[in-house]
Amino acid sequence: MKVWRAESAARAGGRGRAQASPLETTKATTANETTKASPSLDAAKTGTPLDTLPFGVTARVVSLNGERAIVRRLMEMGVVPGAPVRVVKAAPLGDPLEVRVRGYHLALRRAEARTIQVVTENS
Amino acid sequence: MSLVESPTQTKELSRPFEAGGSAEARGGLVLALAGNPNAGKTTLFNALTGLRQKVANYPGVTVERKEGVWAFETGTGETTSVRIIDLPGLYSLDAASIDEQIARDVLTGRVEDLPAPDVVVAVVDATNLERNLYLVTQLLETNRPVVVALTMIDLAEREGLEIDAEKLSKGLGARVVPVVSKQRRGLDELAEAVFEAARSGAGRGAGWRLSDEAEAELSRLAGVAGVSLEKDGRGAAVSARAKALRELYAQELPEDEERREVIRAARERLSARSKNWWQEPLLARYEWIERVAAGAVRSRLRRIGDATEHRGATERIDRFLTHKFIGPLVLLIVMLLVFQTIFSWASVPMDLIDRGFGALGEAVRASVPPGLLTDLLADGIIAGVGGVLVFLPQILLLFFFISLLEDTGYMARAAFLMDRLMRGVGLHGKAFMPLLSSFACAIPGIMATRTIENPKDRLATILIAPFMSCSARLPVYTLMIAAFFSEQKLFGLVSTGVVIIMSMYLLGVAVAIGVAWILKHTILKAPPPPLILELPPYRLPNLLNIAQTMRSRAWIFVKRAGTVILAISILLWALVTFPRTGMPPVGQETQSAVSQATRETGVEARGEPAPGTHPSPQESDEAGERLRHSFAGRAGHLLEPLIAPLGFDWKMGIGLIASFAARETLVSTLSIVYNVGPDATEESPSLIDAVRRARRPDGSPAWTPLVAVSLMVFFVLACQCMSTVAIVRRETNSWRWPLFMVGYMLVLAYVASFITYQGGRLLGFS
Repeated sequence: MKVWRAESAARAGGRGRAQASPLETTKATTANETTKASPSLDAAKTGTPLDTLPFGVTARVVSLNGERAIVRRLMEMGVVPGAPVRVVKAAPLGDPLEVRVRGYHLALRRAEARTIQVVTENS
Repeated sequence: MSLVESPTQTKELSRPFEAGGSAEARGGLVLALAGNPNAGKTTLFNALTGLRQKVANYPGVTVERKEGVWAFETGTGETTSVRIIDLPGLYSLDAASIDEQIARDVLTGRVEDLPAPDVVVAVVDATNLERNLYLVTQLLETNRPVVVALTMIDLAEREGLEIDAEKLSKGLGARVVPVVSKQRRGLDELAEAVFEAARSGAGRGAGWRLSDEAEAELSRLAGVAGVSLEKDGRGAAVSARAKALRELYAQELPEDEERREVIRAARERLSARSKNWWQEPLLARYEWIERVAAGAVRSRLRRIGDATEHRGATERIDRFLTHKFIGPLVLLIVMLLVFQTIFSWASVPMDLIDRGFGALGEAVRASVPPGLLTDLLADGIIAGVGGVLVFLPQILLLFFFISLLEDTGYMARAAFLMDRLMRGVGLHGKAFMPLLSSFACAIPGIMATRTIENPKDRLATILIAPFMSCSARLPVYTLMIAAFFSEQKLFGLVSTGVVIIMSMYLLGVAVAIGVAWILKHTILKAPPPPLILELPPYRLPNLLNIAQTMRSRAWIFVKRAGTVILAISILLWALVTFPRTGMPPVGQETQSAVSQATRETGVEARGEPAPGTHPSPQESDEAGERLRHSFAGRAGHLLEPLIAPLGFDWKMGIGLIASFAARETLVSTLSIVYNVGPDATEESPSLIDAVRRARRPDGSPAWTPLVAVSLMVFFVLACQCMSTVAIVRRETNSWRWPLFMVGYMLVLAYVASFITYQGGRLLGFS
């Protein structure tokens, strides 16, 4: 599948950007709607890993790829595709990072931040 | 079809709210309190229950089980009560940690002697609405009646957020009641909502939908289970969907063989569409939450969740407290203060307890005719109880600071600052505080490891905590240095004693680092645990919460560890008392070593005994004679061949055995063995002199500087502390780990002492 290959290419290329397929269009949804389009989870949308985002810049999460237990916990904490995030600062020894998401602060190690792909608004 | 219609009554409560009679007679409602950490759950729990609460552990694990009774007046003026189970703070029900596992078990009624709750009250922090609602969506999915208690509305308003509880209620499909716990506002409305929810008896189910493909899989799975909306009604259909959802998106496969295959096939179909197929429910929940929140929240700033909103007071404070240079400096000052408190200030009440129990023992001796029973009472039981209670000041003080730091939000910052350093050793940032506390005493330190969620990390921290040189080792170091290294200077500059004591502290730390590394690479092998830690907003501490924490910690220690400590101290008393030789009845001054010692437990130093209590030389000789003939004395002889390579003789062997009660017991035991009298301290000239003059049978001195160093090394590394063993037993819920700890520490101590003594001799020291 095309979606996959883009993702694996992104991984193989490390931080190099793979060709991103165009964003899926999501149907407008309401709370009571019974059907809706497939959510935009796919790793096709590659961005930069969160740990490379400069401090103070707000970016949007596009995908999470990593160990399932870690990604699950991150998503439970509100770091899901579409959510705006900002790296506030790093701890004195450079790791972990302090990240602001959904109006609160979260400490993450760089290893965890690396599983989060983000794009900045103007990119 | 829509799942959002008004809940149908699937279960009529047999105990309606209005019914007469006492709540006890009716059995009463059972309510579970669930919420994110820092959401104000504990404050609400304390406000609802007051002091009517008890703390225990869930069977088989060390997750704290808090329960209380909420008594209030109903509209008709009658008093009724509700049983409240306070679940551990959680972010999700997807069992990533033991806490989450337990919470799910409680909600589904799978915990022994705990009925499934009739209603779940979800505590939601209004200033952090979206993330707090994640747990609520999961609670709604369990199909239990849910009432939302919305806390911190005042703070939310100050941040420019206006939350319409009515609209939020409608969007969620569950009553939302704003509460201000401290001022007891909204508690009546909460009670009303709880009973209303209990009467309706069912929740609303999930409000969100997955993609058509995933929904089709869920319907198929629910259908395979033989449940359909038409046949079994809405409640059963919701439950079946929830079960299918759980099975499909869990990381493991279900037990049942047939079901296993069905699930596997469904997962394969979904994963063919997207590699991250399993993330779908998580995203769907948040998309639903965003829609619900958007309908209920008006922000005078920008949309919540948008990272461009104002930077609050917390971020301003953190500009200093997690600053590159100022941050570690502040942490250092805070730690110094905590350390100073538990290390030295606690010694004042500890001395009082110690002396009080000493006096009580004397009083018993004075008023009861002398005999074995009196000895047991005064030296075994009273001294043992004193030995337990003497730890309370340190435990209370440490937990005062820990809960203060937790409550204000600073503790998470300490972990944030220290994580990189601790990770180097393979530990979690949260291990820092317990290890530091262990320099005062390992008991409260080990109790403080509960904040570490990962069980392997927690265990590793517990197993190395006793290497931190605690205050009980100081008397041993002091005696050795006073006897052999006093007035010596290294290079004419620093006192040798200071250098030696420093080396002992460093030795403990170095060995702890090495052992932690080995443990994390062998029996506790695990990938480095992720650090995904909320840095909660700074808040003013709640003194009631702090007092409750201190109370429950103290109680847990006294009840669980205390019984073990008491039992061991009686056993040790027996070891130094029996068999009794044909000595004449003894007076009150000649007490056995351990009794003296257990009274000193945990106290670093005692002043000189009051004048006039010095035993006569003859009585001292008798006491020494009795000890030498006791089981402990004989064991000392038996041990001698084993400990001779470390430079120890059998008299020191008795000291090693007796000091299992507590390390500083070595001092009083040696004074008895050397006939100085049991009341000598590590600074008594008579004891120092006796140690210097002690001879072996061949006439050579028993103690040399090298023997002294070897003994100190032994005391740094050996787990010579029954209280530590008792608390580890309690905190790990098994005898396996405390025994393992005693064993490996003993081996390490032996090897290190052996190397010190034999190596020292090879190098020409004596």
